[in-house]
Amino acid sequence: MALKGRLRDISLNQLLNLVKLARKTGALTIEGEQGRVELYFKEGKVVHASLNGDGDLARLLLKFGRLQEQQLRAVLQQLSAPDDKELGLRLINAGYVSKNDILRAIRRHTMDVVLTALAWEDGKFHFEPNKAPPPERIVVPINLDSIVREGDQRQKELATLREELPDLNVALRFTENPSTNLSKIKLSRDEWRVISFINPRNTIAQIAKYSGLDEFQIRRIVLKLMRNGLVEVVGRPTGRAPAVSSAAPQGVSTGTGLPAGGGAPSGHRPKAPAVEKSVVRRLIKFIRGL
Amino acid sequence: MQTVKMVVTGPFAAGKTEFIQTISEIAVVSTERQISDFTRTVKSSTTVAMDFGRITVDDDLVLYLFGTPGQKRFDFMWEILAEGMLGFIVLIDSTRSETFREAKQIIDIFRSYSDTPFVVAANKQDLEDAWPPEDIRIVLELEPWVKVLPCVAKDKESVKTVLLELLYTILESYDHN
Repeated sequence: MALKGRLRDISLNQLLNLVKLARKTGALTIEGEQGRVELYFKEGKVVHASLNGDGDLARLLLKFGRLQEQQLRAVLQQLSAPDDKELGLRLINAGYVSKNDILRAIRRHTMDVVLTALAWEDGKFHFEPNKAPPPERIVVPINLDSIVREGDQRQKELATLREELPDLNVALRFTENPSTNLSKIKLSRDEWRVISFINPRNTIAQIAKYSGLDEFQIRRIVLKLMRNGLVEVVGRPTGRAPAVSSAAPQGVSTGTGLPAGGGAPSGHRPKAPAVEKSVVRRLIKFIRGL
Repeated sequence: MQTVKMVVTGPFAAGKTEFIQTISEIAVVSTERQISDFTRTVKSSTTVAMDFGRITVDDDLVLYLFGTPGQKRFDFMWEILAEGMLGFIVLIDSTRSETFREAKQIIDIFRSYSDTPFVVAANKQDLEDAWPPEDIRIVLELEPWVKVLPCVAKDKESVKTVLLELLYTILESYDHN
């Protein structure tokens, strides 16, 4: 029985909670404006993840700086078919990486994919029970609790970021007189990448696309640069939908995907009705015989 | 003559009218009207007045089943319907996950009226795309003692089971008080 729906109705957080509590095994596929995510689970733990078909070991090790291209090329030549398990073994035997390097890279990638998808507000999803990850991939089981907790924190932070930087269709420029001492500012690789695209012609959404950053990451970086007085917003919002965010800010998530307010559930067992118990017994007897 | 009342509620097009029709001894009294373009994609007409079904137990006891209006703008009637009910059934279309949020809101609203016993009936379990009842329980964040039952509203035995489970829940509530 495949579970289908849309993230705007049932959030990924809710789905992960469902997978965890029901200890499900299978594949959850999400297709949104930002791409396609595949998450594989075994008995309630996430074991493999891919965003737009990525997730192969070679790419991960390169991405996280654990391997150099020439090392990879040397080992790839010896492989008869693309197989992460064989590749991993050969890389370990060649002394290029350790088993821990591989496990850490896979774990970090899985976390990144899930956290990226947690920021998506819409997208079609379906869960296919018992579908296993591609056999050429290495599976690393990760407890969903920590991911869901981090996802919750991210959602709250994202809501704050959206309040401070509501529109991604604005351009940035460097301030003429930075308010802080530039020598004290330390920038990460991603932040430098964003800086390289800052230009009054590039919107923040475009910079995110060029830099391969998701909505959460680009908002956080841009706000850090703005708070440090390095950049400022120019131009007026265009009113077009941002390329990174699929929807307008919708406030703080409750964590359940449900709006706050409405009638509050009592949370305790119901009270007996004001009729005789014998009446209920008569109803039961009659309906049984219908 | 004693009359008792149960309410069948749930999101739009969950199958409330069909549920009552299946078990009622009289033709269900309801006002089906043409509906707006927005909802026409789901069904061609909907209940704008309440559904009303009857099960006569004997000369002294009659059970009435009331279906809540299917559209949000009639939710002012819910509280009136809920008054004095023996219990209520929340019917959910298990194939339409987009209605689960509304179902959760309806449950919260009905529970805010009173601590009346209730069950959740996961309708359309005969369809391939139906979410299993236990998954619906998790998504709706229902307590373990709330029954989430598989249901096919067009099937009399299935409707009977849901009604009986609600009655068993009502019986149990006497022991908790």
